[in-house]
Amino acid sequence: MTGVWTLVRLALRRDRIMIPVWIGAFVLMTVTSVAGTVGLYPDAASRTAASAGINDVPSLVALYGRIYDTTSLGALSMIKMDGLGTAFVAVLCLLLAVRHSRAEEEAGRLELIGAGVVGRYAALTAALLVSVGTSLVLGVVTALTLIASGLAVAGSLAFGAAWVGAGIAFAGIGVLSAQLTRGSRGANSIGMVALGAVYLLRAVGDSRGPEWLSWLSPIGLSQQIRPFAGDRWWVFLVLTGVAAVLTLGAYALHGRRDLDTGLLPERAGRPRASAFLHGPLGLAWRLHRGSVLGWAAGFLVLGAVCGSIANNIGALETTPQVKALFEAMGGQQGITNAFIAAELSIGGLIAAAYGVQATMRLHGEEASLHAESLLATGVSRVRWALSHLVVVAIGCAALLTAMGLGASLTDGRMLIGAALTQLPAALVLVGLTVAAFGFLPRLSALGWAALVAFLFIGELGPLVPLNHWVMDLSPFTHLPKLPGGAVTATPLIWLSVVAVGFAAAGLAAFRRRDLV
Amino acid sequence: MTDAISASGLIKSFGRTRALGGLDLHVRTGEVHGFLGPNGSGKTTTLRILLGLLRADGGTATLLGGNPWRDSTSLHRRLAYVPGEVALWPNLTGGEVIDLLDRLRGASNPQRRKELLERFDLDPTKKTRAYSKGNRQKVALVAALASDVELLLLDEPTAGLDPLMEAEFRACVEQERDRGRTVLLSSHILSEVEALCDRVSIIRDGKVVDSGSLSDLRHLTRTSITAELAGPPNGLSMLPGVHDLDVQGDRVRLEVDSDKLDAVLASLTSTGVRSLTSQPPTLEELFLHHYAVRS
Ligand SMILES: Nc1ncnc2c1ncn2[C@@H]1O[C@H](COP(=O)(O)OP(=O)(O)OP(=O)(O)O)[C@@H](O)[C@H]1O
Ligand SMILES: [Mg+2]
Repeated sequence: MTGVWTLVRLALRRDRIMIPVWIGAFVLMTVTSVAGTVGLYPDAASRTAASAGINDVPSLVALYGRIYDTTSLGALSMIKMDGLGTAFVAVLCLLLAVRHSRAEEEAGRLELIGAGVVGRYAALTAALLVSVGTSLVLGVVTALTLIASGLAVAGSLAFGAAWVGAGIAFAGIGVLSAQLTRGSRGANSIGMVALGAVYLLRAVGDSRGPEWLSWLSPIGLSQQIRPFAGDRWWVFLVLTGVAAVLTLGAYALHGRRDLDTGLLPERAGRPRASAFLHGPLGLAWRLHRGSVLGWAAGFLVLGAVCGSIANNIGALETTPQVKALFEAMGGQQGITNAFIAAELSIGGLIAAAYGVQATMRLHGEEASLHAESLLATGVSRVRWALSHLVVVAIGCAALLTAMGLGASLTDGRMLIGAALTQLPAALVLVGLTVAAFGFLPRLSALGWAALVAFLFIGELGPLVPLNHWVMDLSPFTHLPKLPGGAVTATPLIWLSVVAVGFAAAGLAAFRRRDLV
Repeated sequence: MTDAISASGLIKSFGRTRALGGLDLHVRTGEVHGFLGPNGSGKTTTLRILLGLLRADGGTATLLGGNPWRDSTSLHRRLAYVPGEVALWPNLTGGEVIDLLDRLRGASNPQRRKELLERFDLDPTKKTRAYSKGNRQKVALVAALASDVELLLLDEPTAGLDPLMEAEFRACVEQERDRGRTVLLSSHILSEVEALCDRVSIIRDGKVVDSGSLSDLRHLTRTSITAELAGPPNGLSMLPGVHDLDVQGDRVRLEVDSDKLDAVLASLTSTGVRSLTSQPPTLEELFLHHYAVRS
């Protein structure tokens, strides 16, 4: 295990900005959630009614989880953080674990280090320590934040523990999937698919049953700690056990493989390029293909689930609070429509996340020197960048179409058009990412920052009355609420113009700068 | 003859590092030109400016009669580049990469591709992430050599090749020269440069410190001479260009600047020469002479 600390220090140095920014974002989310809930439901009676209302709506239970103590302020405040927030914690820990093990190995840096005086398992251990350590710090900071916000101490600690539990489980999943593939992209995908699957598992378990399904899911287990509603610490121990098993699996697999190989086999490929791989566009498609198809499949399922859940809602006897909640979430005619509109807007955000990630590929291709080989042939810079952007734009449209299609299949109405209205807003984020890539290539990740900012504005705007001017900054604010709302083309056209404007400015800057 | 590449006064800084400080480089059409210099001296930077990947802060450069920054796209159809660090898309096969790059240059030659794959003993069906370093290098080389272009820019192209493949590479470059192509070859391997290059430019700290044919350059360095004479030598130490003179009875050892050889030989023969060995400067000495930082 020699060299572990050196590697940990190296990793922390590389992530000295990224980790604090993530933790800061989580803290901000928890603070605003508590403040917003207190503001929205000032007295105990209104909270109890709201909590009971949420528990009555299977779709909300599926999306966020169940509130196990309807009288608890903490349980109501943290319901979103307990569901989607926990999933984000899982993403963070997964990315960190893969980034410092498989990604390093893929880049050949481990070989450099491995030849020095570090043990065989040092890199794996270091990645695990960084990921687990981050989740511990995040848990402690979050617990302190909640206590400072005035919530019950025991519940706050249990909530921190719930996030730590999900974090360490996904650190384990991260290092495990890092053993399977040769590329970090593949490892990340396996981890994300696993996250999607376990989230779905708990969604079904919580909303329709059987309840034990939730217990198969690390996210479900994390929620079963029931912070502010029982604080069941023994479930945290179960989760620790799950993490330990996953980690041991990773060590066992690591011991059985060679450096720079995966356990999934490599196949021989074509000796000649197909006619399709003829130019930069063909190459861009080839590079993005796997991820577009994977995401599209996910969107299809997401849409189908939303549509089927929405179908059951209309029939429900609901309290006025729930109606208010839905209307706050953004619909005008009928709860079903409001629910689908809310789901589609979440789909829009996720499609934007795909768009940012896929656009970042431009930067990745440049930094890995792949672009250099292409740009030394007869391909101009703009043509190269545009071929990626065409694929990204079509990709975003395909994801939303898939979601709309899925929802149409289960809802029975045609919803593809409604889903596609999200596209211009997602493309604004693509445009912003291109602008960052052109002007500030080192800060290409600014696209992510913008997305997180818009997410905040969208999620918290209705809770904490934000200045209208701030709300208007987010492209998602301007979208018509479909289905049910009135379709207005003007905002869609404006958003498209803004997206194209950002992208054009970014490309113009890219034409004029040095390649890194 | 016209120059395929002509650069004068190129300046490039990265933040505070000055990578090029007024670089002049002239490569004639049809020649194989060696580009030598210690690590970090600015070879790759020069090539990337010539490719329009970087923009020079100052100076002018002409490549195949065009401006490398402004006309990059049209110029690139007439040249092929092998980067110093070959980075390939991990999930494409070697064969796909070769085809793609050649199609993008618009100058692919299937017959030649097949021949080169055989000569370099390269399996085109492997995913590039599964290649060894040398094999990745071969992918880039085959892609460059297989296209019908006027100019080849090669940045340390034999890094990672085994001696057999290196010999194959030399044969290929000679063929290219015979077909009238121009080659700019950045390299640290002196024997390769000596065997292939018509002329060389030596760069240090972002400036070309010497340029010319190898025999031109040799004139600038010393020849070492050991001789056994008929009697004790006289007046040798007075001659210009003589260094490290060591006389032991009738035996003489000295080093002399190559362009001052005549006077020394005349002086030796006037005493009478029994035996004489002379060693021309090796290429290594030539480079050490230029590479070493003289304080
Ligand atoms: N993108 C960059 N950013 C900052 N500095 C750079 C960059 N590229 C090159 N340099 C610096 O410019 C100088 C010249 O580098 P260059 O890569 O041209 O050297 P080289 O002659 O090719 O060396 P080698 O023989 O090692 O390949 C070095 O000091 C290097 O550190
Ligand atoms: Mg170099």
